[in-house]
Amino acid sequence: MSDLRGETGYVEAELVEDETPDGDSAVHDEPFDDTQAIDVVEIVESEPGSLVLEEHVAEQEWTREFVVEDETVPEQAAAIDTESEVGEPQESRAAEAETPAEPTGPRIQSMPMVKALNAGLRRALAADPKVLLMGEDIGPLGGVFRVTEGLQAEFGAKRVLDTPLAEAGIIGSAIGLAMRGYRPVVEIQFNGFVFPGFDQITTQLAKLTNRHSGAVSMPVVIRIPHGGHIGAVEHHQEAPEAYFAHTAGLRIVAPSTPNDAYWMIQEAIASDDPVIFFEPMSRYWPKGDVDTEENPVPLHASRVVRTGTDATIVAWAGMVPVALRAAEVAAEEGRSLEVVDLRSLAPIDYAPVLQSVQKTGRLIVAQEAPGTVSVASEVAAVVAEKAFYSLESPVLRVAGFDTPFPPAKLEGVYLPDADRILEAVDRALAY
Amino acid sequence: MVATNDTPRPANTVQLLTADGRFQPSDPAGEYLPYLERLGEEDYRTFYRDMVRVRAVDNEGANLQRQGQLGLWVPSRGQEGAQVGSARAAKPQDNLFPSYREHVVGMIRGIDPVGIMGLLRGTTHGGWDPTDPAIQGFHLYTLVIGSHTLHATGYAMGVKLDGKVGTGDPDVDEAVIAYFGDGATSQGDVSEAFVFAASYQTPQVFFLQNNHWAISVPVKTQSRTPLYLRSSGFGIPGVQLDGNDVLAAYAVTAKHLDDARNGEGPSMIEALTYRMGAHTSSDDPTKYRTDDEVAYWAERDPILRFRAFLENQGVGQAFFDTAEEEAADLAADVRRRTLALEVPPIESMFDNVYSEPHPVMDEQRRWLQEYEASFGGDA
Repeated sequence: MSDLRGETGYVEAELVEDETPDGDSAVHDEPFDDTQAIDVVEIVESEPGSLVLEEHVAEQEWTREFVVEDETVPEQAAAIDTESEVGEPQESRAAEAETPAEPTGPRIQSMPMVKALNAGLRRALAADPKVLLMGEDIGPLGGVFRVTEGLQAEFGAKRVLDTPLAEAGIIGSAIGLAMRGYRPVVEIQFNGFVFPGFDQITTQLAKLTNRHSGAVSMPVVIRIPHGGHIGAVEHHQEAPEAYFAHTAGLRIVAPSTPNDAYWMIQEAIASDDPVIFFEPMSRYWPKGDVDTEENPVPLHASRVVRTGTDATIVAWAGMVPVALRAAEVAAEEGRSLEVVDLRSLAPIDYAPVLQSVQKTGRLIVAQEAPGTVSVASEVAAVVAEKAFYSLESPVLRVAGFDTPFPPAKLEGVYLPDADRILEAVDRALAY
Repeated sequence: MVATNDTPRPANTVQLLTADGRFQPSDPAGEYLPYLERLGEEDYRTFYRDMVRVRAVDNEGANLQRQGQLGLWVPSRGQEGAQVGSARAAKPQDNLFPSYREHVVGMIRGIDPVGIMGLLRGTTHGGWDPTDPAIQGFHLYTLVIGSHTLHATGYAMGVKLDGKVGTGDPDVDEAVIAYFGDGATSQGDVSEAFVFAASYQTPQVFFLQNNHWAISVPVKTQSRTPLYLRSSGFGIPGVQLDGNDVLAAYAVTAKHLDDARNGEGPSMIEALTYRMGAHTSSDDPTKYRTDDEVAYWAERDPILRFRAFLENQGVGQAFFDTAEEEAADLAADVRRRTLALEVPPIESMFDNVYSEPHPVMDEQRRWLQEYEASFGGDA
């Protein structure tokens, strides 16, 4: 392999050993094989309140009227020429890849979020030779969720780096690469595995631009699988956004649809600031339409995804379809709920939220994370400050409990579902 | 003297100058001798001036702290040989990632020592711009122990991706130095930096100054084996040198940087030295170490040793007098300009938190302006 690694037999031998099934890295291994992944999709789709994919896609179409002018992603024609100087791509398996290298196919394509992310990463890699992907198992395997599938084959091992198994090492070396002018996109394998790298994120990455008085930017994206609903083991289903939202210098976003994922990953990579990019695992596999030509809204915009008049539900990531399901059920009972997909958790685009609350007078914030000192708490505080006279009831939070994420068989109780949201709606409307 | 397992022993330590300044290479020094041929008499004088200059700045920093003009001072006294030798071995295109005690390394690369004073006076978190060509790739101090070794490693990965390694062109090939200390070797980030450097075969030298104390904790608590052996398990060769011997520090670093630029991968240098002063001005070393130990190392002072060597070479008193005067002038100038450092504008808190516009920064800046203006000021 023509990668960065040394040619010594010693290093090669170590690498081979790493691949033995009894290695210490077992806990980092993917929890599902492909068969299990399909099972997960089925479970998610069969769970009431978790998936209203077609309705959601329809809402996306509908919300086009909210589209805001945004800078377009550069065309890739120029980037093709630079590819050869970046390092010879290995034998190209691009033809085998299911997603296009650039949006030459139909403008609207239906694909799951993992494929949308893959297509967005591919487009970013093609557009800028300084973009690098780094992470554990992201090369030939394509990541445990296959988000980077085929990208190392297409762009070479100098653009898509399988790293040693060390999160602080990955993020710390990504910082050094950013100092050198690269734009690293880091994959953290699971949400609970980010914490060995937490110090490098909060103490270094987030503060370095400020420490340098702006002379150095930190265009580093850290992709983190987010949230529950997938029946996995401990450390694999957490929603840790509050830890990062408390840290100045970081931007935090979380798409809830394939179309948003496709565009938001490219915008995050184009940002000169560090971006924590949460990918809801429960949304990885359901398909949705991706428009490869028109970017719906800017990276940090929140967006009304269903209009209503009686109460507002704010949600993000995997909670958005739950909120939409709650709105469906409420509609059957004659109640009209408006749903806002926050999309960006830092900074938060409050204008659509405040406008909605001014209309409905009631706000319920739904999240998977524990409620105490959380993003939901912050939204509640800000709305109370800025829309006090519009509120007909207290802002209510529907959140995970303040417990560790429970064993998977209890996750359906721990995670808010449509009924828990509707219970809060009942309480809000009772005022 | 307290016998420790890492007291300089020429038998396995690269040493060129004896403690009394005689040129008497130890056995392991042989392969490094050709690198001394790069040095002329003027280089020797420069090394001496470097060491004297930073010691004067060091004394002034301690004075400023005692007088309440700095919140903290971080003395480098005793470590000048390791720092000057290694810094002078680097080429202009190399990048150096310091910890926070490498004052003279920064001065050699072109920073204004007032930048360090600003950091410790509380007027900045940085103090200089590593991207300024005049600074020659001297990066900012990192106060969290060992974190920057990963940044240095990532930077070196970038050097390799850029193809600036092993071209054979001495003006193109680049290397990176990561400075760290004996305490830092216990940090996980340093071990991870070794892992990444070895895995990607980065053009990099890990330069460890073992000054024997991590604040109050002796090096024995960090490691029961000599630290130059630490990296070999990661696949990174290590060498130990007498860090109070500026010529040894120069020659060994020059070779390892050359090897790194030539594509031979990372290496580690352990420079045995001693922190003659306190950890910082907030520390009281009399509580944890003996006068005998300090006296032992005082006899091995890098400046006295190199002065004896130069005197043996026939350098006259006038040179030393001039060097002292220049250093005193520098210290006085640094003092004057440190006292003139102004409190930054209050709104600068909101600057450069992000590279791109940010609504929360805008809102809070505006609020603070209005709040300050409410007191009738001219904000």
